Amino acid sequence: MKIGVFVCHCGTNIAATVDVERVSQEAAKEPRVKFSTTYRYMCSDPGQNLIKEAVKKHHLDRIVIASCSPSLHEKTFRKCAEKAGVNPYLMEMANIREHCSWVHQDRVEATAKAIELIRLALAKVSRNKPLEYLYIPIEKKVLIIGGGIAGIQSAIDIAFANYPAVILEREPSIGGRMARFDKTFPTLDCAACILTPKMVTVSQSKHVTMHTYSEIEGVKGHVGDFTVTIRKKARSVDINKCTGCGACYNKCPVRVPSEFDMGLGKRTAIYIPFPQAVPNVPVIDRQNCLWFTKQKCGICKKICPFEAIDYDMQDEIIEEKFGAIIVASGFTQFNHAVYGEYGYGKYKDAITGLHFERMANSSGPTGGKIIRPSDGKEARDVVFIQCVGSRDEQKGLSYCSRLCCMYTAKHALLLKEHNKDAQAYVFYIDIRAAGKNYEEFVKKVQDEYGAVYLRGRVSRIFEKSGKLIVRGADTLSGAQIEIKADLVVLATGLVAQPDAPGLARMLHIPYDRNNLFTEAHPKLAPVETITSGVFLTGACQSPKDIPDTVATASAASVKALGLMVQDRLQREPLVAKVDAKTCSGCFACIQACSFTAIEEEEIEDKRLKKKRLIAKVLEGVCTGCGNCTAVCRMSAIDLEGFSNRQIMEEIEAL
Amino acid sequence: MRYAYFPGCSLHSTAKEYDLSTKAVAGTLGIELIEIPEWICCGATPAHITMHLLSLALPVKNLLLAKKMDSYEVATCCAACFNRLKVANHFMENDSVHRDKVNEIIGEQYSGEVKVRHFLDILINVFWLKNLSERIIKRLDNLKVACYYGCLLTRPGEVTQFDDVEEPHLMDDLMKILGVEPVDWPYKTECCGASFSLTKTDIVLKLSGDILQMAYDEGAQAIVVACPLCQSNLDLRQAMINKKFKKNFDMPILYFTQLVGLALGIDPLKLGLNKHIVNPLKLIKSVGVL
Repeated sequence: MKIGVFVCHCGTNIAATVDVERVSQEAAKEPRVKFSTTYRYMCSDPGQNLIKEAVKKHHLDRIVIASCSPSLHEKTFRKCAEKAGVNPYLMEMANIREHCSWVHQDRVEATAKAIELIRLALAKVSRNKPLEYLYIPIEKKVLIIGGGIAGIQSAIDIAFANYPAVILEREPSIGGRMARFDKTFPTLDCAACILTPKMVTVSQSKHVTMHTYSEIEGVKGHVGDFTVTIRKKARSVDINKCTGCGACYNKCPVRVPSEFDMGLGKRTAIYIPFPQAVPNVPVIDRQNCLWFTKQKCGICKKICPFEAIDYDMQDEIIEEKFGAIIVASGFTQFNHAVYGEYGYGKYKDAITGLHFERMANSSGPTGGKIIRPSDGKEARDVVFIQCVGSRDEQKGLSYCSRLCCMYTAKHALLLKEHNKDAQAYVFYIDIRAAGKNYEEFVKKVQDEYGAVYLRGRVSRIFEKSGKLIVRGADTLSGAQIEIKADLVVLATGLVAQPDAPGLARMLHIPYDRNNLFTEAHPKLAPVETITSGVFLTGACQSPKDIPDTVATASAASVKALGLMVQDRLQREPLVAKVDAKTCSGCFACIQACSFTAIEEEEIEDKRLKKKRLIAKVLEGVCTGCGNCTAVCRMSAIDLEGFSNRQIMEEIEAL
Repeated sequence: MRYAYFPGCSLHSTAKEYDLSTKAVAGTLGIELIEIPEWICCGATPAHITMHLLSLALPVKNLLLAKKMDSYEVATCCAACFNRLKVANHFMENDSVHRDKVNEIIGEQYSGEVKVRHFLDILINVFWLKNLSERIIKRLDNLKVACYYGCLLTRPGEVTQFDDVEEPHLMDDLMKILGVEPVDWPYKTECCGASFSLTKTDIVLKLSGDILQMAYDEGAQAIVVACPLCQSNLDLRQAMINKKFKKNFDMPILYFTQLVGLALGIDPLKLGLNKHIVNPLKLIKSVGVL
């Protein structure tokens, strides 16, 4: 065994606190160490060359690098070892920067500690085994959970690369929240005009399959080989026979509040949510359909010229395999009914921004008129309240929902465009308009559209003589403000879907205290999750506007395509291994594994001459966390690269 | 049911009728109120604007007196007393710095163990509304009132832990049991001007005037209160409000205990209904109770 030790100065990061030369000299005295040296930046090209040359010259077969944290340069030095002809897993790092020089001041003590850390790494490396990369096959198909703008964009990008994509959407149509918007800031393009072409692209693509009105029921497997169970809810309309002629919903006698129109308009019991729905196939709402509630009516079935109506249709459970999953499950609105000062949600004329979008929309329930839902009269004085739920640690969310400042400014503009006599008043905490042309847009709304911006919070809303009295403070002038409003629009924050934690657990991805999905790294891996093969896009991760959502959708697509183009996937061999001889089959490891990476396996025990069950690690799923090795009473399960033997050797060297 | 009763200064002076009616109602229902011997001022507004420690030490002194009685739980009627006692308990329970200082000043050990209840809370949540409804002799139908809670009874919510902070409803619930119709109005927790009554009367005239106007607009025939300061501002200053804003308010300001007393069949004079500035007897006669 010939070990080389390479001590890095890291400029002055290490060298200022640790006497690197002495460390190198001391390391050279250790048994089995054949070579030891220092260099200013070991990770630089000259530094790596120094390693390669030393390996060649001194016939080194193991390497210890004393430098920074392995989370930063482990990959660099593994590659370097590989190029030098040493198995990459016969390289160990001693972290003498984060664990030593950065946290200590005393040079003598820090130097002594650095030497100790190197001795530990030497002990460990002496027990390292050469490991080979693992390769797993990959299913060349991407699942996209959610058919809003994020999911649609992802599907388009993946289809463009000629890989199959499947959109899973729980609503009867794709389109998501964006389909409900009227105009989009800051350019004021009509949302439908820019969204529907994308919806059509998806529906026409031979690479995209859509499972609408469908829910995800379970996910098994790992990157390259996910098996997903999907419940296709009974639509009661045969998607293959229906031509979308509309005869059924034109004749349906039932009228219930439309979810798509936020209850401002009505829909029938057999319905499509909006005219440009994709697929253009209706669904029967069985809770309200007379056939399902009273066994009466049946008009739609009688009238359908294509015999597409099927009252007996059952939910269908299907299983499909995917190589990667993109999560685009979106957001929902904060429920402002927690605000007693705003009437606990009891005032009809205090609506949310999404209600306003539907009213402003010319094909919406009011035909583009901004009215008071209580009496249908046109609204003149409209108060917009920002940060409802957002930035309120007491009753709402600690975070800023990021887009409310912009959509409120857009609403104030649309109000004026729809009604010249109207006046917008906007209560705000800060105006956060950090986006391309965003600040200019807000300025325009203030200067050209006469929106009155008042810096302060609203303390109370109450009804009097048919008006909503809005009381608040203008903190800039110090005045108390009272506005007699026809309509109040609450800029409710964006929150995670109520079932987001369930989905996260299914996918083995973490979520934060706000139930928003957590990315692998907030800066450097913003669309990845810690579960390989699962990527994030859109507002399921954090509140995002359309440009940001589309950008992350394409980013997630590229990450998924990066897997699709591989013939097979290379994985780190740092996974748990079961010793079949000693495994007693207690399966404590299965309980301990949070990634369902361990299964039961039947083997033929030659010694006992009978079949028995033991644990088997799915190498593709195992993340190398080591939980199983800690609970194994027989020490039959061991983690490659962090084996019990290696750890014991380190402890003994202390 | 036995309580250490803390009347506070108001109930012994300007709000005598609150004290009378509370004791009359409690007596009829068998709720024993034993006045804390040697009780002192709770500190009210003056203490907490002059010295924080004083504003805690005064109520703690009273709570310690109550602790020495065998009843142990304190009942109070004044919203300010209730608030100060609750705030003191909150600090003594949760803030070790203040606890140590106050205990040092008083020379005794206290950490918020004496419970404090408002008499409204006792009627509704201890005696139970249902039990109360069975004791009613005269229903007060045909009477429409605005229940006014003021600012101290519910706030701050985490300290008082009493009713809904923004839209309290306990008094409304109580009124409904008596047959009284409470109006749905937005000024339940507005400020009446409180102790500015003496120093800056104009503020009180404006704020209390707004409250009277809102109650009137919403169709209330009287305002029901649970705070002696609210009562005095709305009642005592009503004539000045009328003069200043050219109004003709004739709005009786009643304590909830007085209406409960009437429903229990107690003589109006024993409820102090003759002690108001705006005479409520006319209204009470008109709804057929007398």
